This record gives sequence, structure tokens and C-alpha cells, in this order.
Amino acid sequence: MAAKATEEQLLYANLLNKGMLIGLLVLIITFAIYALGILAPRIPLGEVQNYWVMPVKDYLNASGMHAGWAWIGNLHYGDMLTFIPIAFLSALTIFCYVAILPGLIRKKDTAYVVIAILEIIVLTFAASGILGTGGH
Amino acid sequence: MIISTRHSKILFIMVLLSISILIAGNVFASAEPSAAPEAVATTAAESQHVWWFWPLVLFILSFVLGIFAVLAGVGGGVLYVPIVSGFLPFHLDFVRGAGLIVALTGALAAGPGLLKKAMADLRLAIPVALIASTCAIIGAMIGLALPTNVVQTMLGATILGIVVIMMKAKKSEYPDVQKSDALSQSLRIMGVYHEPTVGKDINWKIHRTPMGLVLFVFIGIMAGMFGLGAGWANVPVLNLVMGAPIKISVATSKFLLSITDTSAAWIYLNNGAVLPLMVVPSVVGIMLGSFIGVKVLAVTKPAVIRIIVIVVLGVAGLKALQKGLWPDLM
Repeated sequence: MAAKATEEQLLYANLLNKGMLIGLLVLIITFAIYALGILAPRIPLGEVQNYWVMPVKDYLNASGMHAGWAWIGNLHYGDMLTFIPIAFLSALTIFCYVAILPGLIRKKDTAYVVIAILEIIVLTFAASGILGTGGH
Repeated sequence: MIISTRHSKILFIMVLLSISILIAGNVFASAEPSAAPEAVATTAAESQHVWWFWPLVLFILSFVLGIFAVLAGVGGGVLYVPIVSGFLPFHLDFVRGAGLIVALTGALAAGPGLLKKAMADLRLAIPVALIASTCAIIGAMIGLALPTNVVQTMLGATILGIVVIMMKAKKSEYPDVQKSDALSQSLRIMGVYHEPTVGKDINWKIHRTPMGLVLFVFIGIMAGMFGLGAGWANVPVLNLVMGAPIKISVATSKFLLSITDTSAAWIYLNNGAVLPLMVVPSVVGIMLGSFIGVKVLAVTKPAVIRIIVIVVLGVAGLKALQKGLWPDLM
């Protein structure tokens, strides 16, 4: 056995690498759009400090913000735009698992196919918001 | 006495960290997170800063923490959450949300290199990750449902526990695994990595897999509940319990966080506990700090830094306990 990464491992690594770089770049760009006021934020920049001292439930009630995927419908606001790269980076692992699945199936690696599918389900479930979202 | 360049650099870093924490600790003064929202809003309104003040403090502090995390061999999240929640005015809910994104992005950045070098092992990580990430969801939901003072107290106790682990935990370079267990055999969890210090390829296998998986139930819950990342727990379990070589354990643990923290991060994100104005300066700061940390590592004594980090974590743990148990004390 030689000391080298498996085919799936390399595929996972390459996808992760590209995704991470794209995600980080978009994070910085969208944050610049938000912070420089190119797009007006949903919560004015000066008011955010009034909210981050509160428990999240109180913040949602006081600000009228909706949690979950509500930001998707508010992408014309600078702060909401920043959620695109945050969500992308949080979803990157799901994309990597999906990418290695065909290779595992081809190798008839049944145990890992099952575990990978379960992981995709668990992470998608967490991302979906089915498990509850804050707000009102 | 002549102070050597090496010592002056350590001194510089200590001063930088101390100044960051002191600035943070003194300026905010007020705004007790567990106070009633109306009272907090009034207090906050009285102590308004320009909007970029706190993001800048977060950026500088995260930058310093990024340097220290590399030098002390710990994840950024484990330093970020107790220090930021203990000494800055942000509520613990948002600090945990930001801490998870910080730990997640750090793991995502480190993952590709570790996987390509066959230091992080996908076959070892995948089964463990399923347990840890599922339990991290449960932990995150518990953490967001419990009263803040309870979570703060538990966080303080956990941080002090981590301090003890950091002081006492042993490492085993190449654990003696006589025979791999049935589960790891059936999953074919084994491998080879190149060890440059001895110039040869090292074969490794693991044992006690079922016990290790059970322990990852607790690790996952704690990672989700406190938003800490969990390298401090992953490594001892992979190395001392399951018998993976220390380098494989450290690398696989780092990669593992990218999966465990993904599930917990989504729970915080979907519950509104992720604020871009906190997250982005923290992520960028800790990443830049990590780059500098790698360079500083070559000219500092990691053992000295490790002691500093243990002391700082100890203070942050006590502060968290105080905020949880006696919030009106200071």
C-alpha cells in the first residue's frame, strides 16, 4: 500500500478547495457591498449593535426579521446578500458528498454508499429549516 | 539582560493579545447579555459606537486568536467562543453562531491540503462524521432552547474541562494497535502515510471503533451546543481510544470539523443566530491570523504559547462560569 490519497479523497479535496476559494471571495465581495452601503441593509449598520446583545429570539421579535431561508426573498438588501456565501460555505460539504457518491457506487462500496447517503440526508435536513426556525 | 529576538516576539504576541482583550473588556463595560431586552436596548443605546467599532474589535481579536490557535495547536472556535462571549458585549447565541462559522471555514480551508497529503483519512472520517454531525444538530437545538445562563455555566465548565485536557492529555505518536476490531475491518479503515521525520511510510489501523463512535455522540452534542468546534475532543478519541497515529488524528479531526460544524451551523443559521457583521470580520481575522501564525510558529516556542493559551482559556472559562452563575457580580 502506498502513501497516497484515494480517488474519492482527491475528488473531495479538489471540490472543497475550489468551493472554499469561491465562497471566501464572494463573502468578502458581498460584505464590501454591505459595509460600503452599495446596497442598503435590511437593518441599518448603526442599529445592529442594539440587537447583538439580545438573545436571538428577542432580536428576531425586536427587529421584525424572519429567520430560516427568508433572506432569499430579501437579496436586494446588503446584509441579506452576505448570506449567499455563508449558506454556500455551509452547504459545501453536502456538494462534496454528492460528488463522491458515484465513485463509491461504482466500487460497490455498499457500507460507505449508505453512510454517505445518510450524511447527505442529515445535512440537507439540517439545512432545510424543517428542524425549526426562530422568529415569528 | 538581553532579550532575544525569539523572546521579544513572544512578548509582543502576549502584549497584543492582552491589549485586545483589555480593550474589548473595558470599552463595552455594559450590556449584560442575559438582561431583559428592554434594559439591554436602553443600555446599548447609551453606549453607542460607530457601526464599524465592534466589527473592527472582532477582526483584531480574531486575528490575534488566529495566531495563537496555530501556535497552541488548537482550533479557532475553542478560543473564539469563550473569549468573545466572556469579554465582548455580544450575546452568547450570536457568538456561538459566529464561532461555528469560524470553525467551519477554518476546517474547510485546511481540509483539501490534509486530504491530498493523505494525512486526513476520508474512510476514517465518514462514519465518525455521521454520528458527530447528527448529534451536533441535537446539541445546537438544545443550546438554543436552554436559558442563556445555563448554557453559559455549562460552557464555563466545559472550557475548564478543556483546560484540564490540554494540561493532562497524553499523545501517542504511533499507538500500538495489535489487531483492528471487526467494525473497522469491515469498513476497511486503515491506511498509509508518509512520515518525513523518519523518512518512511507508516501503516496504520484502528481498534475500539464502537467505543470511539459512542464518544463521538457526546462530542457532537457539545460541538453543536457550544459552537466550539471539537478538535480538543476529537484528537484524544481518535488517537488514544481508537489508536490512529497522532498526525492522522489531528488532520482527520480538523477535516471532521468541516462536516460536524456544517450541520450545527445550519441550525444556528436557520434560527437567525448568524449576523454577517460579526461573522465576516471574525472569519477574515482568524484566517489572516492563522497565516501569520504559521510563519510565527517557526520562531517561537510552542510550549510557551500553549501555557499562555491555557491560562487565557482558564480565565475565559471562569468568566463564563461567573456570567452564568452570578451575572450581576461584574
